[in-house]
Amino acid sequence: MADEPLVLGIETSCDETGVGIVRGTTLLADAVASSVDEHARFGGVVPEVASRAHLEAMVPTIERALKEAGVSARDLDGIAVTAGPGLAGALLVGVSAAKAYAYALGKPLYGVNHLASHICVDQLEHGPLPEPTMALLVSGGHSSLLLSADITSDVRPLGATIDDAAGEAFDKIARVLNLGFPGGPVIDRYAREGDPAAIAFPRGLTGPRDPAYDFSFSGLKTAVARWIEAKRAAGEEVPVRDVSASFQEAVVDVLTRKAVRACKDEGVDHLMIGGGVAANSRLRALAQERCEAAGIRLRVPRPKLCTDNGAMVAALGAEMVARNRAASDWDLSADSSLPVTDPHVPGAAHSHDHVHETARENLYT
Amino acid sequence: MLLLALDTATPAVTVALHDGDDVIASSSQVDARRHGELLLPAVDRVLAEAGLRLDAVTGIVAGTGPGPYTGLRVGLMTADAFGLALGVPVHGVCTLDGLAYAADLEGPFVVATDARRKEVYWARYADSRTRLTEPAVDRPADIADQVKGVPAVGAGALLYPDTFPQAHEPEHVSAAALARLAVERLKAGEELPAPRPLYLRRPDAQVPKNYKVVTPK
Ligand SMILES: [Zn+2]
Repeated sequence: MADEPLVLGIETSCDETGVGIVRGTTLLADAVASSVDEHARFGGVVPEVASRAHLEAMVPTIERALKEAGVSARDLDGIAVTAGPGLAGALLVGVSAAKAYAYALGKPLYGVNHLASHICVDQLEHGPLPEPTMALLVSGGHSSLLLSADITSDVRPLGATIDDAAGEAFDKIARVLNLGFPGGPVIDRYAREGDPAAIAFPRGLTGPRDPAYDFSFSGLKTAVARWIEAKRAAGEEVPVRDVSASFQEAVVDVLTRKAVRACKDEGVDHLMIGGGVAANSRLRALAQERCEAAGIRLRVPRPKLCTDNGAMVAALGAEMVARNRAASDWDLSADSSLPVTDPHVPGAAHSHDHVHETARENLYT
Repeated sequence: MLLLALDTATPAVTVALHDGDDVIASSSQVDARRHGELLLPAVDRVLAEAGLRLDAVTGIVAGTGPGPYTGLRVGLMTADAFGLALGVPVHGVCTLDGLAYAADLEGPFVVATDARRKEVYWARYADSRTRLTEPAVDRPADIADQVKGVPAVGAGALLYPDTFPQAHEPEHVSAAALARLAVERLKAGEELPAPRPLYLRRPDAQVPKNYKVVTPK
């Protein structure tokens, strides 16, 4: 398969410096340097800390990826980079690196969408994406249901969170329980020993008149925090395992219920789940159960490909090359609010009529 | 010798090519909010003007600041990625030194650039080639005593005439000056440091609320 496009992808939208290399739908390298430990004491990602870490980690991470893949930069068919959405200053480090690297090597540059990349990464695990694909993306930064007929050109948002991302709710509850940051893995661990039915926490936006595909985790977050505070105020021990299990159940119940419903409504017989929260064991198990019952095939990449990484960017870049999509221009900019409907940022000669506002006021603080 | 110099630590996006004798092409645009967009096209233009390709360069020179971080990183990341792709050395030069060199003054003076938040990045010089103090970030009023009685250059000096009554041009650094200074130092056998950013301030340790709710409704 040597004629499939060999693409290097760079991801810096949040706190992971990711560099991946793929050949078509085959993963060759997935190098990630994370600054998560530096953010832990703040209980969330500090943008300036992330940006500084990206600049330092970029060159060594590119070198590591090339070594791991056993390829020469000269043989690449293109360089892909996350152009947005994400943290503006962090994105700009990756975009600057990708542009300079591509220019110096004389390779085409593909600025691509972070969310579309989260979907496309599954090609590295389960082969070419079915068309259309239903995708549930859940992480600390996003919670959305997307329907894609062609991952390089047609991604349609069906629903999204109206307040917090699912991963943010995990972080917040972990903080209230004094379990540290990030919250996802540790709550998953405690929940395994707890009773998911112990406490009836609310399921947001599941009423008959609520939007069918939108999510809300803010009310749940508050309800759990209040429940814990009431226990503490009464001088009682907080049952961390049961709280974790019951909170987690409320989140994954809503996520899987809405995702399966979207598949049925749209007549799509498979569901892809991506993003950091897709590493949650209960989400995977419940999605599997409900998909089986509904005759839907579930596709979830291995956890390392679900969290932010460069391989997912390379995967989408390779698809752009394979489908002859237009490369980006050298004035490509980071766009912290790049719409999910733009899978990539083609050069001016090829772009659509509409021009969307780059959130520049976020860029320079 | 063919050096590509660039600096994004001030509102100027500036690029120059130096062939060992002199600057053979250069470009400077002042736009504090578009470093990321403007830098690569500027490099492309400067190379085209000289009729050269990037792979002809033997080294990269990058201004290391101090300067507003987001813009500063654009230049340093670009320089590092060029160096990696081409396998050529990347040299760091303090941005204030570039401004001092362009000022072309014989006696003592001060360089000050705009650090925003009502502060300046600054250093004192004995002459255009000799820096006396480490670059620092301060409120102009707090350093009035230390900069009294000498001329000052840079946008930071021009912004605060109460502290810098003898402020004058140049306002921003030029990559041409940076390149000339680097060539002078290299020819004198000096080793230039790796291009490490001079941040001077610790990061604001604030987690923004809803830091990454990015999916459009
Ligand atoms: Zn993500």
